[in-house]
Amino acid sequence: MGFIRRAHPLTYLTLIAFLFFSAFPLYYSLIVASMDNSALGQVPPPLFPGTHLVENIRRVFDTVAFGKALINSVIVSSVITFSVVLFSSLAGFAFAKLRFRGRPALYVGVIATMMVPGQLGVIPLYILMAKWQLIDTLYAVIAPSLVSAFGVFFMSQFLSSAVPTELLEAGRVDGCTTLGLFWHVVLPIARPAAAVLGMLTFMNAWNDFFWPLVVLTPENPTVQVSLSTVASGYITDYSLTLTGAALATMPLIVVFALLGKQIIHGIMQGALKG
Amino acid sequence: MKSWLHRADVKASPYLYISPFYLLFGLLGAFPLVYTAWVSLHDWSLLEDEHPFVGLANYKALFADSLFWNALGNTASIWVISTVPQLLFAILLAHILNNRLRGQTLWRTGLLLPNVTSVVAVAIIFGQLFGRDYGMINWVLGQFGIGHIDWQAGTATSHIAISAMIIWRWTGYNALIYLAAMQAVPDSLHEAAILDGATSMQRLWRITIPSIRPTIIFTVIVSTIGGLQVFAEPLLFGGGGLTGGSDGQFQTLALYLYQAGFGRFDFGYASATAWLMFLVIVLAAMLNFLLTRRIRRA
Repeated sequence: MGFIRRAHPLTYLTLIAFLFFSAFPLYYSLIVASMDNSALGQVPPPLFPGTHLVENIRRVFDTVAFGKALINSVIVSSVITFSVVLFSSLAGFAFAKLRFRGRPALYVGVIATMMVPGQLGVIPLYILMAKWQLIDTLYAVIAPSLVSAFGVFFMSQFLSSAVPTELLEAGRVDGCTTLGLFWHVVLPIARPAAAVLGMLTFMNAWNDFFWPLVVLTPENPTVQVSLSTVASGYITDYSLTLTGAALATMPLIVVFALLGKQIIHGIMQGALKG
Repeated sequence: MKSWLHRADVKASPYLYISPFYLLFGLLGAFPLVYTAWVSLHDWSLLEDEHPFVGLANYKALFADSLFWNALGNTASIWVISTVPQLLFAILLAHILNNRLRGQTLWRTGLLLPNVTSVVAVAIIFGQLFGRDYGMINWVLGQFGIGHIDWQAGTATSHIAISAMIIWRWTGYNALIYLAAMQAVPDSLHEAAILDGATSMQRLWRITIPSIRPTIIFTVIVSTIGGLQVFAEPLLFGGGGLTGGSDGQFQTLALYLYQAGFGRFDFGYASATAWLMFLVIVLAAMLNFLLTRRIRRA
């Protein structure tokens, strides 16, 4: 644990101020989401919720394909999460605990790819997806995110210290195959790290914007794409857009409220070892 | 027979476990990057069937394109205005959280809350907060007698507004990373300093920051890469669109790339932009590295 000295009352005041700034924009979006548009010109601006939330939510679903967008986002994020966790655990296990020729160079390869921003490959990716006739399908959104260099790095860091080598050797002596070791020894130990990686991946996939905007149309969007459609109308309908913004964020806030502690722990652990 | 199988399992199976990553990454991550270079050497319009080879013409045109330099300048400006305060706030916050506090989980959850919010939602919410006529920020400023600012219209004001979105979203995340690093600094160092009468700020400056320097370098590089890709914030800020405001006053490189590629379908030009972006990122990372190494020596 950190450092041992009792905190000054001013410390708490600073933290409360920070918490206020963290939460305020989200709170304010809820306020606007519960207002009639005509109420937004008030001076001073409204600080408490109004009564139009349900009506505004209905309007979001009527204006854009928000229901479809929600379903699409759930599908995309789930598939990506499953795939990233599975392949990261497999590769992380190999890098952390198995000996094979070329391992150091291949591992450096993984780390190097973490530094390359995804935006740089969008033009050829689009050409590829067009060639495979996948434009405007969820396959096109999912495919480039099926694996993650960060995931491999994260799992390998965790497994190298969490899995005792003696346990693997004992398993081998008992005649277990490598895949058997992965299934019976490594996976149970990897569960907490896999859960954290899964949540981080899900959030990233849910919030991804650039690539879905490139390959999808407003008729078949993810949540973020449909949100941008609402926002880029000729005249901005603020109650409508902020209702959409609140709706798009709400699922993640719920997940975060339930599992935030583990996510924070995971980020801090990953950062420390990086 | 069995020992042969066993040997094959031990020797070959590791490659099997890493191959999904390398296959998928090779096809959908590394190959596109190289292919971008190839496309950038062509007059490659999505609307034409022929893509004639033009050599470096796209790059030449880019260097002569004032909109490209404008986007590069905006990106650099937004990057500086957002990264410097963001990392300073993060270090201070982490330093505060590194005391013995009640409710650690609550504070840490508060730190990460903005990061969980989607960029698109952040851009929309802040677009409203920074609104000229009915925005909350102008109303607050009005209470202090500062006139209504048209945040979106000016270069400096729009950069400040966009940076505010980035700072809001990322400060807490970086604070968490610093906090993790700070907790690895031995308590004995701080105890000794306290016995010598060092204040909290002196300990931050003399003990904590030198000890977590690798982590600081890491966050600077990560925010540089992130900063060069800023896209959703300027796209959605007050309906700025692909041009980043009426005069491109807040068009970033990523927006410029998107406009060339998916606004005009000029894939060759967009690819050349992507490669120049990549070069800028590599240069910025190297500059960071050299600078921080010099600081360490000094």
